[in-house]
Amino acid sequence: MMTLTPQTAGTVLERGRCADPAQLAHRADWLRLRVIEMIDRAGLGHYSSTFSCAEILAALYYHALRLDPADPDWPDRDRFLLGKGHAAVGLWPILADLGYLPTEALDTFGYLGSRVGDHPDMRTAPGVDFSSGSLGHNLSVGLGMAYAARLRGSDHRTFVLTGDGELHEGQVWEAAAAASHYRLGNLVAIVDANGFIGSGPTDELLGIEPLAQRFAAFGWRVVELDGNDTGALIEAFDALPDPGSESPVCLIARTVKGKGVRLMEESPRAWHVGYLDSGQRAAAVAEITMRMTKREAGA
Amino acid sequence: MTAATGSTTGAGTDRSAAMEDVFSDEGQASSLNLLGHAMAELADKHDDVVVLSADMGSALTELRERHPERYIELGIAETNTISVAAGMAASGLRPYVLAFAPFGMIKCAEQIRTDLSATMMPVTLVTRLSGLAMGYFGTSHHAVEDLAIARPITNLTIMTPADNNAALGLLEASHDLAGPSLLRVSEGAMPVYDAVPELRRGRFVRVREGADITIIATGVGVGCAVAAAADLAGRGIDAAVLDAAYIKPFDAEAVLAAARATGAILTVEEHNIVGGLGSAVAEVLGRHAGELTAARGGSPVRVASVALPDEDLEVGVPTDLLEHYGITSAGVASAATELLGRVRS
Repeated sequence: MMTLTPQTAGTVLERGRCADPAQLAHRADWLRLRVIEMIDRAGLGHYSSTFSCAEILAALYYHALRLDPADPDWPDRDRFLLGKGHAAVGLWPILADLGYLPTEALDTFGYLGSRVGDHPDMRTAPGVDFSSGSLGHNLSVGLGMAYAARLRGSDHRTFVLTGDGELHEGQVWEAAAAASHYRLGNLVAIVDANGFIGSGPTDELLGIEPLAQRFAAFGWRVVELDGNDTGALIEAFDALPDPGSESPVCLIARTVKGKGVRLMEESPRAWHVGYLDSGQRAAAVAEITMRMTKREAGA
Repeated sequence: MTAATGSTTGAGTDRSAAMEDVFSDEGQASSLNLLGHAMAELADKHDDVVVLSADMGSALTELRERHPERYIELGIAETNTISVAAGMAASGLRPYVLAFAPFGMIKCAEQIRTDLSATMMPVTLVTRLSGLAMGYFGTSHHAVEDLAIARPITNLTIMTPADNNAALGLLEASHDLAGPSLLRVSEGAMPVYDAVPELRRGRFVRVREGADITIIATGVGVGCAVAAAADLAGRGIDAAVLDAAYIKPFDAEAVLAAARATGAILTVEEHNIVGGLGSAVAEVLGRHAGELTAARGGSPVRVASVALPDEDLEVGVPTDLLEHYGITSAGVASAATELLGRVRS
C-alpha cells in the first residue's frame, strides 16, 4: 500500500516534488477534518469557502510551492497569498503540519491572543507572506512581489488565490492590467471559482463571467480546470511556464462550494459562515472519513 | 475674519502661473522639480528605493533618466499602486508612492490602513497638491480631509512639511522609518527655512519665540504664521510659532508647554476644521484641561483655529481660495488679535 502521508516538515520543498493525485486528495480530506475540528472549537467559521479550495491548497503546499519551512523568510521562496483570506482556517493546519507553527497553535483558533485567526496576519503567523481579509488587494500585493523578484533577479513565483466573487473588486482589474503590461510571467493567479458570494450565487447576484475571456483580454495566459481534481491541479502547476516568461498566468479553478461534505454542497450559501451542530458534525466527519478509508483501501 | 465673496484676480494677472501644471515638464517649476530631484537623489543614495507613480511621472524626470528600472508607472490606479508598493516592501524594497493627495490618500484610506499600516510596511506615500492646491479643478480635487482620515490609522507616521526645505528633510528621514508614512506636500508655501531643517520624528519645531500667544501651524500655514507673527510684533503682540511638521506622532508635550507658557493657542492649517491639526491640539488640551487651568491659577487656555470651514467649498485658483478662507498672514494675524481680545475681555 502506498503511503498517503505528505512530505515531512523541515525539508526544502522543491517545486514539482512528488505528490500524486490520490495523495493530494487525501490531504484535502485530512484538511477538511482539521477545519471541522478548529471551527468546532472556535464556535464559528467559514466552512464552505474553505472546502471549495481544499484541493488547491493541498496541491500548492504539497506539490507546487518551492518553500523551506525551516527558513520562512528565505528570499527565493515562492510566495503564496490567500486573497480570499476568509479561507485562512484551511491554511493553519497545513502551516502547522509543515512546521511553520506549533500544532498547539491550532487549538487557539478564534480566541484572543491567537496567532491564527479567521484571516491571515503576517505579523502573527510565520509562513504567511502577506495579510489578507479585505478582498481585492492581494493580486496587487502579489504583483508588487513579482515585480520585486524581477528587480532582485530571483526566480521565485508569486501565487495569489482569489475567489470569483472577489473579482467584483475593481482593484483586481487594475492589477490584472498592470501585470500584463509589466510582462510578469512569475505571477500566477488562481481563481477559486465556486460561483458564490456571501449572499448567494455569483451569476444571479452580479455576474463575473466569462472569466477566461476577461483575463485573456487583460493579457493573461489562461487555463481552466476542475479545481477539485488533484490530477488536473498537478498537471496545471507542472505546466506553468518558466518564471522568466512574459505572460502572467491565470488558473480558473472551477470548484464546488462546500466540496466534500454533502450537506454543504447542497446548500452552499447557508455554510458560507456557520457552525455544525453535533449531528451534522458527526455526519460530515463520517462522510469524509469513509472516503479516506476507501481511498486507502484502494491505494 | 470675513472673506470677500466672489473674489477675482485683476485684469492682466497671469492666473495660470498661480496653478501647478503637473503634467508638463515646463510646469515642473520650483517645488515640483525639487521633489523630483530629491527622489532621484534618494534613489542614488539607497539601492532599495523604488518610486511608484500614479500618473505622476512628469515629476520624476531625473529618476527616470538615472534609474529607469526603479521608476514604476501604475497609471490612474491609486488603490493598486498602494497595494503593489506593499508587496514590494514585503520583498525588501523601500517604495515611495507619488500620487495626488485627494486620490492617493483619501481614495486609498483602506489600502493604506490594511496593506501598509496593519502590516507595518515601510512605504512612504508622498501626496502632492494637498489642501486647495488643485482647487481650480473642482471639489473632487480638494484634499482637505486627508489629515482627519490619516490620523487614526495606527502605525502611520504623518509628515506635513512647511516648505521645500522641510519637505527635503522629511523625505530623507522617511527612508529610515520602520513602518509606513504619509508625506503631505503643500504647494505654494512661503519659505520658512533657509536650509534643510533638523526635524525629529514626532516633534514640533520652534520657529519663533513669543510670550503672548503660540501659533501652531502646519504645511502652508507655517509661512502664514511666521509672516503674521512679524506683523503682530509691530503691534506689540509677541507671538511664538511652532511648526507641526509631524501630525503623527503628535507633539503633545509641545502643545502643553505652549498652553502653560502663553495661555493662548491659535492653530493654522489648510485642512477642514474637523479632524486636523486644530482638532489634535484641542484633544490634547481637553485631556489636560484640569491641570492646565490649575497651573494657570484658574484661567483656562484659550484656543482658536484658522482652517477651512466644514461646508461645501468654493472652486478656484489656490491663492484666491486661500485668501477667501483667510489662510493668509493677514487672516492669521486677525485671528490672533481676535483670540487675544477674547482673552483680555
